[in-house]
Amino acid sequence: MKTVIAMENVTKIYRIGDQEIQALRGVNLAIEEGDFVAIMGPSGSGKSTMMNVIGCLDKPTSGEFYLDGHPVSEADDDELAIIRNRKIGFVFQNFNLLPRTSAVENVELPLLYAGVPAKERRERAIQALESVGLGDRLANKPNELSGGQQQRVSIARALVNHPVLLLADEPTGALDTKTSMEIMHIFQQLNEAGKTIILVTHEPDIAEYAKRIVRFRDGQVVSNELVTARRWATLQEAEVMA
Amino acid sequence: MNFWESVRVSLRSIQTNKLRSFLTMLGIIIGVSAVIAMVAIGEGASANVASQINGLGSNLLIVSPGQARQGQISLGAGSLNTLTLADAEAIAQNESVAGVAPSINGRAQLVWRNKNYSTSLEGTSESYLQVRNTDVQQGRFFNHLEVKERANVAVVGTEVVSNLFGDAGANPVGQTIQINKIPFEIIGVLQSKGSSGMTNNDDKVIIPVTTAMDRITGGKNVGTIYVSAVSAEQMALAQADVQATLRARHHLKPKDSDDFQIRSQTDILSTAQSVTSVMTALLSGIAAISLVVGGIGIMNIMLVSVTERTREIGIRKAIGATRWDIQRQFLIESVTLSLLGGIAGILVGIGGVLLIGKLAGLPTSISLPPMLYAFLSSMLVGVIFGVYPARKASQLKPIDALRYE
Repeated sequence: MKTVIAMENVTKIYRIGDQEIQALRGVNLAIEEGDFVAIMGPSGSGKSTMMNVIGCLDKPTSGEFYLDGHPVSEADDDELAIIRNRKIGFVFQNFNLLPRTSAVENVELPLLYAGVPAKERRERAIQALESVGLGDRLANKPNELSGGQQQRVSIARALVNHPVLLLADEPTGALDTKTSMEIMHIFQQLNEAGKTIILVTHEPDIAEYAKRIVRFRDGQVVSNELVTARRWATLQEAEVMA
Repeated sequence: MNFWESVRVSLRSIQTNKLRSFLTMLGIIIGVSAVIAMVAIGEGASANVASQINGLGSNLLIVSPGQARQGQISLGAGSLNTLTLADAEAIAQNESVAGVAPSINGRAQLVWRNKNYSTSLEGTSESYLQVRNTDVQQGRFFNHLEVKERANVAVVGTEVVSNLFGDAGANPVGQTIQINKIPFEIIGVLQSKGSSGMTNNDDKVIIPVTTAMDRITGGKNVGTIYVSAVSAEQMALAQADVQATLRARHHLKPKDSDDFQIRSQTDILSTAQSVTSVMTALLSGIAAISLVVGGIGIMNIMLVSVTERTREIGIRKAIGATRWDIQRQFLIESVTLSLLGGIAGILVGIGGVLLIGKLAGLPTSISLPPMLYAFLSSMLVGVIFGVYPARKASQLKPIDALRYE
């Protein structure tokens, strides 16, 4: 089994004026391929910083971090951009789709920066949208889609470049219960198909859809254990809840 | 991301902010159209001046008296009366010279019946038509005999005809008019040449130079001698011959400077053209300033655009856009803005030039080089004023940009 995330003694220190804020204080974490990990913790626990570091949006101050075997600590800004493009698919709480841009063009975006030719780009984007059940919404712009549909577009965008890791930051935070369950259903299906998923959330019941929960407090990992009573999201259940 | 993708993205963003993009482009549009219009008007004026100078005569040399000096102070061209009719006749003896027309100028009061009209008077010889490259449109010009005999004959310009005879509708040829109270017979009407600058070429009366000296102006000297060379190639030779002839006749020693001045048409032409080219450069300079102002407008709006689209930049960066990808996108956007402005400016400029030509009757000349120049400089403006906002956009940190509300 391949190790997707390997962190050794990772720290992150922010300087705001004269003040130093230790957001991460020596984190050790390994996540294997095919895992589905929920990162939990109260606000200020360092879970957002953790998400930024894992997502290569921010570099650790010290420590070793390997993503899919690549040493992220040594990469410069442009190398980080390429790692984000090839290795990571982001799903954000507020979707972060480009406004006034159709669903299919939003999904094409990572392929655009990966240098994939236009025709192949369009085909793969359509495929990705069909896989999240939005084959009939290709030309719709974000403001013409519901919250759940927008989040599915952003999942399609995250998947289109076949990343090794799907990184979701509070993906259900802006959605109602039924839609949340639909989204979690998609995540579980993807994980069953072998995709490694990291889910950052503060909702315990959402975290229980994952295989494993890593808890943060004061910039450190306080627990890392398998979910004993794992929940399964089904579409029927979603219908019932509605 | 390749080049055309960036162009497409830029065009879309321009399209979503139509009014703002138009207002931004307006600076460039005004700058470029001003350049085009100014250059077209300047070149038109210069071509007009050139054609008028060429219309003065063919292979023309203009000999004028030298400048009198009191100590070191020049009293100006023509302040000496050194040229005589005999000088003109001597010049005519040179083989390189095709014709000589001495000229003496004055004002004259013309009277016909109850009408009177004040105009300029020129006394000259029978070679006038050939030397000055013109003709009579009615009647005839005076001949050698009439010059020799100091005949009271006159050739008038069309302006004089319409002022004196216009109302009566009489045929001017054969009429007797009074010039400064002396009766003259009109024998011909000069071809209309139109006005050049301040002087109206059709508003004059021409009489034999001998008659003029004798009865109107008095004195023995002529003001100017117009000389035409046999051919364009012989111009330099003719100029040297005229100089040698005059120096010999005026008994100048080798160390003396000329007491006359010889100017050729080309001299006058280059003087006039240097004047108009300074004008053109000045006008273009003003237009270039407005291009720079337009560029500042583009920079301003691009900076606003970077701030407004911070979140978009964050999304693009999170998804894998490199710094260069972002920089190029914004740079292409500003260049696209300035180029569209440049193209619109060229069209507006051409339209404006045609309109000015039609309404004001100014001569204009639209040529390709200023358009290329304007096009390229508007592109340059886009690049120069786009670099800073584009760099600023590319240096945003993705986490900060994503968090931006």
